[in-house]
Amino acid sequence: MDEEIRTEEFILNIGPQHPSTHGVTRLVTRLSGETVLEIEPVIGYLHRGLEKIGENKTYEKFLPLTDRMDYISSMTNNHAYVLAVEELLGIEVPARAEYLRVTLSELQRIANHLMFIAAFGADLGAWTIMMYGFREREMVLDLMSMLTGQRLLYNFMRVGGLKEDVPLGWVSKVREFLKALPEKLEDYKAYFYNNEIFLDRVEGVGILKAKDAINMGVTGPNLRAAGVAYDVRKDDPYSYYDRFDFDVITEKEGDTFSRFNVRFNEIYESLKIVKQGIEALPEGEVIAKVPRIIKPPAGEAYSRVEAPKGELAFYIVSDGKTDKPYRVKVRGPSFCNLSSFPYYAVGDIIPDVIANFASIDIVLGEVDR
Amino acid sequence: MLENILYGASGVENGLIRGIVGVIATLLFVSLNVLFLIWLERKIIARIHVRYGPNRAGRYGMLQPIADMIKLLTKESIVPKDADKITYNTAPWVAFLFALLPAAAIGIATGLISTNISVGLLYIVAVSSLSTIAVIMAGWGSNNKYSLLGAMRTAAQSLSYEMPLVLSMIGIVAIVGSLNTQNIVAAQSHAWLGIIPKWFIFYQPLAFVVFFSAVVAEMGRIPFDLQESESELVAGFHTEYGGMKFAMFMFAEYTHLVVGSALVVTLFFGGWYLPVVSGIFANMGYINYIVQIAIFVAKMYVIIFILIWIRGTLTRTRINKMLSFGWKTLLPLALINIVITGVILSL
Amino acid sequence: MTENKQELTHEVLEELKSEFGDKIVEAEVKRKTRLRIKINGENVFDIADYLKNKLDFDHLSSIASVDYPETFEVVYHIWSYPRKILIQVNALVDKESARIKSLTPLWKSADWHEREVYDMMGIIFEGHPNLKRIFLPEDFKGYPLRKDFKIGPKPWYKED
Repeated sequence: MDEEIRTEEFILNIGPQHPSTHGVTRLVTRLSGETVLEIEPVIGYLHRGLEKIGENKTYEKFLPLTDRMDYISSMTNNHAYVLAVEELLGIEVPARAEYLRVTLSELQRIANHLMFIAAFGADLGAWTIMMYGFREREMVLDLMSMLTGQRLLYNFMRVGGLKEDVPLGWVSKVREFLKALPEKLEDYKAYFYNNEIFLDRVEGVGILKAKDAINMGVTGPNLRAAGVAYDVRKDDPYSYYDRFDFDVITEKEGDTFSRFNVRFNEIYESLKIVKQGIEALPEGEVIAKVPRIIKPPAGEAYSRVEAPKGELAFYIVSDGKTDKPYRVKVRGPSFCNLSSFPYYAVGDIIPDVIANFASIDIVLGEVDR
Repeated sequence: MLENILYGASGVENGLIRGIVGVIATLLFVSLNVLFLIWLERKIIARIHVRYGPNRAGRYGMLQPIADMIKLLTKESIVPKDADKITYNTAPWVAFLFALLPAAAIGIATGLISTNISVGLLYIVAVSSLSTIAVIMAGWGSNNKYSLLGAMRTAAQSLSYEMPLVLSMIGIVAIVGSLNTQNIVAAQSHAWLGIIPKWFIFYQPLAFVVFFSAVVAEMGRIPFDLQESESELVAGFHTEYGGMKFAMFMFAEYTHLVVGSALVVTLFFGGWYLPVVSGIFANMGYINYIVQIAIFVAKMYVIIFILIWIRGTLTRTRINKMLSFGWKTLLPLALINIVITGVILSL
Repeated sequence: MTENKQELTHEVLEELKSEFGDKIVEAEVKRKTRLRIKINGENVFDIADYLKNKLDFDHLSSIASVDYPETFEVVYHIWSYPRKILIQVNALVDKESARIKSLTPLWKSADWHEREVYDMMGIIFEGHPNLKRIFLPEDFKGYPLRKDFKIGPKPWYKED
């Protein structure tokens, strides 16, 4: 009986149907026991060909489809798209609309980050936090549905401004929200920052260094968690972001905990911006004079916004002849953040990979488009 | 006659009728508790989650477990194509059986015990560790990688937590000088000044901490529910199970909860004795039994509530941390406890 | 501040022009932080290398592709963290060969972007380590973002 005990590596397909893939993606992982040796993300399960559809729809008609990319934060998607079309057209947006755009984008960021915390909790087995996150996110959704009639896919921004002005009483509701949310967030602090088991699971897991993060094209909170103070809102301001006072949250370690931390603290910064936004809200029109048929002159535009998940950009080419874009290209933050994931997730065990994967906050609607 | 059968008086102590009645009674007691527990856990967890929980079937949704059972029992039985059929199909029954067996040696009142064997604790420990086999059978038989990983985790987990579990009981066994559960409870029946109970949690606080952690781990509940952590392994060893067979695993899981907390009550919280109350009813025959059962069940549910509370509060730990906690923290603590107990007893 | 920015952008452009001369077909400053150059496809690696290593353009934001009637264009957007300037590099690619050098040795992020361009436009990136379809199934025929791609009823589905 001198037969040797053999061990074997094996391939585990995490997904496409799996509780913690945040949509439908597949992580082909090569395992040695519990240790992950290699990860290859396989995407495309949600591919709807939005870029091709964009070439066959008029400029206005593509707008609702942008909602369906990052469906957790559709307002910022709208924002990036209309910015690109406005650049092509050379339209000046009224001040009231710009202030509202900023305010709405930040509300959207709060909703997105609360959703992130909820999903993060669920992936770590903290179902209570998941429920809490959804409960608080509901406050933002209430504000949004009061404004747009929709809870998820708002389709509210228009080329040249907004669909309509805010309803009566909306601003005071926002003020109530600004007061209510920080109190609720105290519960989160108590839960996360004193929880030995939670800290143990996230600290030092999935470390992404600043240099690598830049090279891999990681943006948004994931990059800031690695210590790079890059925020499109500050570095390349769009809308009226240069008139607002807020800080760019950064962390040093670049691990799962920092990524969580950055997002958690960004909620407070967003609250600051929303506050300034509704205080400084000027009177006036919310939409500029835009021709009935949008037919921009020939040219290209590249608009970038700081979406909750990172740098979201639209590259639109117009041939000047039709009312349809010649080419629409979307640069989604989740796409790049996911592409970098295999590089810093290998070598961990499965629970760490799951925590790590939850912390990069991707949405597959945007990865696949 | 009935009295003799029920209370194990002379003559039918080990008779056939007593055996059969014991089995049925144990099964009934555990099943009823499990059904209630499924509802209770969902309700309490829902409250912690700021939800309502089940509230449609029956008053406060109390018929929900029965509705669930009917649904699960009427489902089609599916066996994966490449599964090892025999292992796959027997695993739920084995799990169910080994979850239930320890209950036989735990009494819920004086003499009210299925089989009053003298090595009760040893039997409980031996039988409950066998339920790992069912999990490994399920993991291997399903021919699913998640199941296999879940089963492997369970094996590792059970190996590393069985030790502190057993060692933490030794202090109590040394104090009582018996492995019989009836004797262990009887040893806790007195009180200081008539009101402070002489429960073993006061004698053996360290052992209690170790034992309780190990029990939670053995049950596979949050924060140690790594064998079926849904965000990592989908559902762990029972990923491929549905309908009736899934119900069996579910039942086994809740049986573990009942038996585990009953064991905690027996070992550390004086079983069916409560200082003043037990004295009042001591000589009242049937009523005394009912009071004892009520006390025992009430204590059991306090423990269960704490377990549910933990589940609603904590996050899941990770497998390597969990194993090192078992080996590097709990095991030394259990050993220290034995040494301390030994020194004090020999003084 | 804005004046300053504008000057900085011009400076970068001058430096590029002096280094590469007539390899740059077309160049303009679109606005204060936006720079656009048009080059031939074969020079893309050298220019990208120079941009990354000499001029600190360290963040490859996106790679897009456009199908013009006469030519393909691969459009790189590269951001500089220290300079805070975005450069848009339009690289002309011949329609017949549809080949261009891969930028994966410079940026890891180029990996998926290039796969996407390959998947959608059929432009082959030479030197890419893993050039295969990313969104569409492996057996998909054609490149959907080309203008001559016919949108029929399920073009990938073959009736047996």
